[in-house]
Amino acid sequence: MALTGIQIFKLLPKTNCKKCGFPTCLAFAMKLAQGGVELSACPDVSEEAKKTLGEASAPPIRTFDLGTGEKAVKIGGETVLFRHEKKFVNPCALALNVKDSLSDGELAEKASEVASSEIDRVGQKLRVDAVCVEYASGDAARYEAAVRLVAEKAPEAAVILNCKDAAAAGAAVKAVEGRKPLLYGADDGNAEAMAAVAKAHGVPLVACAEGPGALSALTEKIRGLGVEDIVLDSGAKTAKEIIEHNTQIRRSALKKNFKPLGYPVINSVLRDDPLFEASVASVAIAKYASIVILGSIEKWKNLALFTLRQNLYTDPQVPMQVEQKIYEIGEPGADAPLMITTNFSLTYFIVSGEIENSRVPARLAVMDCEGLSVLTAWAAGKFTAAKIAQFIKESGVENRISHKELILPGQVAILSGALEDKLEGWKITVGPREANAIPTFLKNRA
Amino acid sequence: MSYVIPKESYTGKVLSFDFGKDDRAVTVGGENTLPFLSFEGQQPSRPVIACEIQDCPPDDWPDTVKEAYKDVSGDPVAWARHCQDVLNAKAIALRLLSTHPDRDDRSAEDAAGTVRDVLAAVDVPLVILGSNHIEKDSTVLVAAAEAASGYNCIIGKAQEGNYKTIVAAALAHNHKLIAMSELDINLAKQLNILITQMGFSKEKLITDPMCSALGYGLEYTYSVMERIRLAALAQNDPTMQPPILGDVGMYVWKIKETVAPEADVPEWGTLRERGIAWEAITATAMLLAGTNLLIMRHPAAIETVEKTIDELV
Ligand code: SF4
Repeated sequence: MALTGIQIFKLLPKTNCKKCGFPTCLAFAMKLAQGGVELSACPDVSEEAKKTLGEASAPPIRTFDLGTGEKAVKIGGETVLFRHEKKFVNPCALALNVKDSLSDGELAEKASEVASSEIDRVGQKLRVDAVCVEYASGDAARYEAAVRLVAEKAPEAAVILNCKDAAAAGAAVKAVEGRKPLLYGADDGNAEAMAAVAKAHGVPLVACAEGPGALSALTEKIRGLGVEDIVLDSGAKTAKEIIEHNTQIRRSALKKNFKPLGYPVINSVLRDDPLFEASVASVAIAKYASIVILGSIEKWKNLALFTLRQNLYTDPQVPMQVEQKIYEIGEPGADAPLMITTNFSLTYFIVSGEIENSRVPARLAVMDCEGLSVLTAWAAGKFTAAKIAQFIKESGVENRISHKELILPGQVAILSGALEDKLEGWKITVGPREANAIPTFLKNRA
Repeated sequence: MSYVIPKESYTGKVLSFDFGKDDRAVTVGGENTLPFLSFEGQQPSRPVIACEIQDCPPDDWPDTVKEAYKDVSGDPVAWARHCQDVLNAKAIALRLLSTHPDRDDRSAEDAAGTVRDVLAAVDVPLVILGSNHIEKDSTVLVAAAEAASGYNCIIGKAQEGNYKTIVAAALAHNHKLIAMSELDINLAKQLNILITQMGFSKEKLITDPMCSALGYGLEYTYSVMERIRLAALAQNDPTMQPPILGDVGMYVWKIKETVAPEADVPEWGTLRERGIAWEAITATAMLLAGTNLLIMRHPAAIETVEKTIDELV
């Protein structure tokens, strides 16, 4: 929460010595409040003032990287409670939990599943971001070997070390230090020892306590021990605890500027039934988790969870766009109808949904109009006869179809004449004005 | 610094109504908090899932969900009994799809007959849905409302283009009503106002801001629902206080992710689980955004979401 000029003024030396280049301390304070100068321009400012001002200007939820390298993911840094207010910033990381008590073969297999989890969806590469190795064997040497193996088999994934034994954790951190593992975790009993490991190796640390209140006391303690990159585990197990704790944590950080909870959150959603686990994971993804630990990562589950994450983390202010191309709906033959619309994703979803409803296989040419709907794009000069003609010619659709007929949205019927001139040899048909009339329209043609 | 639980206290409250008869009646809505935040308010009624059936065989449903009803879906009465007696559905949503001019174009009288047969066969509350054809629904739903007179059903959907006759029928036969608009909070508000101006009580309305499937516009529905709920609670806007409906199944069970076989898209994994997860996750997201009544299709998806609701309430 930013301080006002007057609040800053109270922290300055009030000598009006002008060394900062301003005539008075008050003038300097006012400029500082607007963000126009750095505090360091005043040579006489006290240590206490520096600390207070530094804390006040820090973002409400700390941001740092999980993992290293190209596939490291930023976590934290969120600024709102509801996505319609502003974009959710850093999509939550998904992690697969593995126990060190598994055989080497099983561990290697699970790590490879993580390594090969990447899929492409509407132009974004999505993947399981991390692997979490649980210390279940009670044998520090086994744990270290398991961590090494998993890190090697999932060479780009972030590594999370779920181990509360500081000695075992220390050895494991050392083994994969270059990967900047997340140490999970510190609790009331081991905080000093775990903080020492995290500090010595420069890795982030999860604070684990029962409920946000106890957790805030623990993070203050850990921060006092010199660890700054902290992740929160409030002990939430049920879907209700997840939504309640995470809401309380985010509200505290954003609305009360409560620093002890101004960190990203980790939730574990392990359930025996993978479908149920997917449903509970979606509660954590939607409601403020920065890392979600899963017990299994079947391909169908990944696809669904990646999609949810992608949906909720899109920018609500920028109209979502779909890729410009000729979409085939329901295995169209060469003689199937060809329709055209713009690339505003909502337009695309509604139009393609209605074509699906018609059960008439068709091609839908989706033209890049910077995410505008048909009428808006036409009004903005982005959906014109010349541009449509150029798009159709360059798309190469002509080679895939046995006819030359293009169905135009009814709202831009006005373009049909000009388009017939520009697209030589083509017949332009005016389609329905509203998408819900598409099924009847297509069926009556068939 | 000491921690204080950051509670919001809202002036507004979501309206509630019940539908169905006697001891099988079910209540929806009534909360004075955002979904599932029991630390600051009450959510007296559990979200309800209505199991969707239709009055003609589900030829257009993908195999995964068709398979689940293959022995009963030829007959709406058998199908309804199956949902109530085998699947323990708490409510049933009957879609009168065969009345659509592009389907069988069956008459309003036929539809009324189906409604009567289904009501005679089951005790659980019924949601009666048209075929989503603006003109046809305005006759079909009028006949259906009359056939269901005295059963305290939810009928719909009333939309901008046909609400007048449907509202009048719901009023005359004492049913609850779905008001549906397309993904715009202002349109939702406007339709609720138009309907209440006809003398229909807002306490008998449920708002359908239009659902969308995961990956196909889900975020629009999610945010419109969240905004409606915030308007109801934080701004105490009475026109936004009816409970919310999420008609999930019909949007999910047609998209590529629930239809494409694994052989075509090996990177997407098994088709059956993929489809069920798609419906369950779409429904879970709707619950988090404020949905009070879900309409769903696959028994395994319904069971999964019921388990999640068990954890959430
Ligand atoms: S340098 Fe510091 S003490 Fe001097 S006038 Fe500027 S703000 Fe005041």
